[in-house]
Amino acid sequence: MKLADRIERVPPSGIRRYFDLAAEAEDVISLGVGEPDFTTPWSAREAAISSLERGRTSYTPNRGLRDLREAIARRESDKRGLDYDPDEEILVTTGASEAIDLAFRALIDPGDTVAIAQPSYVSYPPSAIFAGGEVLSVPTRAEEEFVLTREALEASGAADASVLVLCYPNNPTGATMTEGELAPIADFCREHDLAVISDEIYADLTYDREHASIATLPGMGERTIVVNGFSKAYAMTGLRLGYALAPPEASAAMTRVHQYTMLSAPTTAQHAAIDALRNCEADLREMNSQYDRRRRYARSRFVEMGIECFEATGAFYLFPEAPGGDAEAFARTLLEEAGVAVVPGDVFGEGGAGHLRVSYATGLPDLREALDRIEAVLE
Amino acid sequence: MAERERARAELLALLCENARYSTTDLARLADLSEDEVDATIAELEDSGAIRGYQAVPDPNRADAERVRALVELNVTLDRETSYDDIARRLAGFSEVESLRLVSGDYDFALDVEADSMDRVSRFVSEKVARLPEITQTVTHYVMDTYKHRGIEMGGRGEDDRLSVSP
Repeated sequence: MKLADRIERVPPSGIRRYFDLAAEAEDVISLGVGEPDFTTPWSAREAAISSLERGRTSYTPNRGLRDLREAIARRESDKRGLDYDPDEEILVTTGASEAIDLAFRALIDPGDTVAIAQPSYVSYPPSAIFAGGEVLSVPTRAEEEFVLTREALEASGAADASVLVLCYPNNPTGATMTEGELAPIADFCREHDLAVISDEIYADLTYDREHASIATLPGMGERTIVVNGFSKAYAMTGLRLGYALAPPEASAAMTRVHQYTMLSAPTTAQHAAIDALRNCEADLREMNSQYDRRRRYARSRFVEMGIECFEATGAFYLFPEAPGGDAEAFARTLLEEAGVAVVPGDVFGEGGAGHLRVSYATGLPDLREALDRIEAVLE
Repeated sequence: MAERERARAELLALLCENARYSTTDLARLADLSEDEVDATIAELEDSGAIRGYQAVPDPNRADAERVRALVELNVTLDRETSYDDIARRLAGFSEVESLRLVSGDYDFALDVEADSMDRVSRFVSEKVARLPEITQTVTHYVMDTYKHRGIEMGGRGEDDRLSVSP
């Protein structure tokens, strides 16, 4: 069977071998997991069960249950100053992943350039390519704590791009961007007429600061698609539920693709999500403070080991430098000699080379043991 | 001052979570120096904000077969006797694990613990019910414990996440 060219344009990840190795190894403590270790708050799970008991298993409206869209609108407005209309500007999707895919398909014509601030989550480049786009990597650097700068956009030629992808709080670095740091990026996008896909899936997981969304900056709401979801903040990864906030035209375009390819997001998950928004704020806060403690703990340990590790203020990742400089080699050593899995930073784009993504979405006893083992390997 | 308050609140939360964290780990977790941790804990203890540290054993697995009961007490007060007076008399008994004044159908809620059902019964009938202010007692023997002090006593959930994910 002849496969489509765009499949060939996305080669399987070169890091696959390391992932397979890590998956097979025994007695491994994994700091390589990109999802919460907590289970979905019971209240939300109970709501899902109860919706099943009542037989709520049919399709929902394409955009998602009205109650859910209203709850999302209220929360985004109250918490982040993001004001969106539940009927025309909010679309509930099957995970934030679908929202990202839809955003690309709604915005990209064949040959359009998609600028992606990197290191970043691995799905953006393939999704952009599947939509027919050309990927332009815009590096962020350790010396600047992985914040995207206007200079980096200019130097990489992003002025000619039609879309910019941002992910702050960032996977894999844990970096966040303040309003002041986002302002020049917003200026650049307005001057050169770039649309922005802002993946804010970790927006609820910030420490010592509040999340700032580029969509709240002057003139940016009309050119930004904000992607968010329930996976990270509410520990609902397997329930597959995300959403997109976008101006009416873009939202309608995404909804058109969604209605033909997905129809509606999982109904059970939508019921869980309504409950999560209504009743799980305390659970969210508790998970947040647990992450914060682990973040401080793990960073202290790296600093004590003499490993360079900037103070990440979001998500649940640290991005320390790999001793020796070769991240994949060091990750293999850790796996084989210490039984600790981390993700080599190269996976997340060029800018990630020489770093390790260390997830602290792991209980403190395991986190401590893993760090003890890393320390022992270094000695 | 705000920083001091934050340190107190954070250390209290951490010790409630696990009182066996070492000073070094507490310092890392709370972003404080070890000296600050020691000083703050001493202050929490001296002021009585922290009254003690205990393990949370699973009652179903603890070595000795202890019998537990929840006891509801109704009392009558008079000019000379207050709730505090009655509470002081009850709290002195070693069988009384916890004692609370509550709203609702009865006045005091007690957790009573002893080596046998007979000991619990005798304690309630001979020591508690005989106090002149006590008008009624209702004793509920504990049959099973599912959650205690915020900790579920069932098996630990397995981590079924993929070992590495992007």
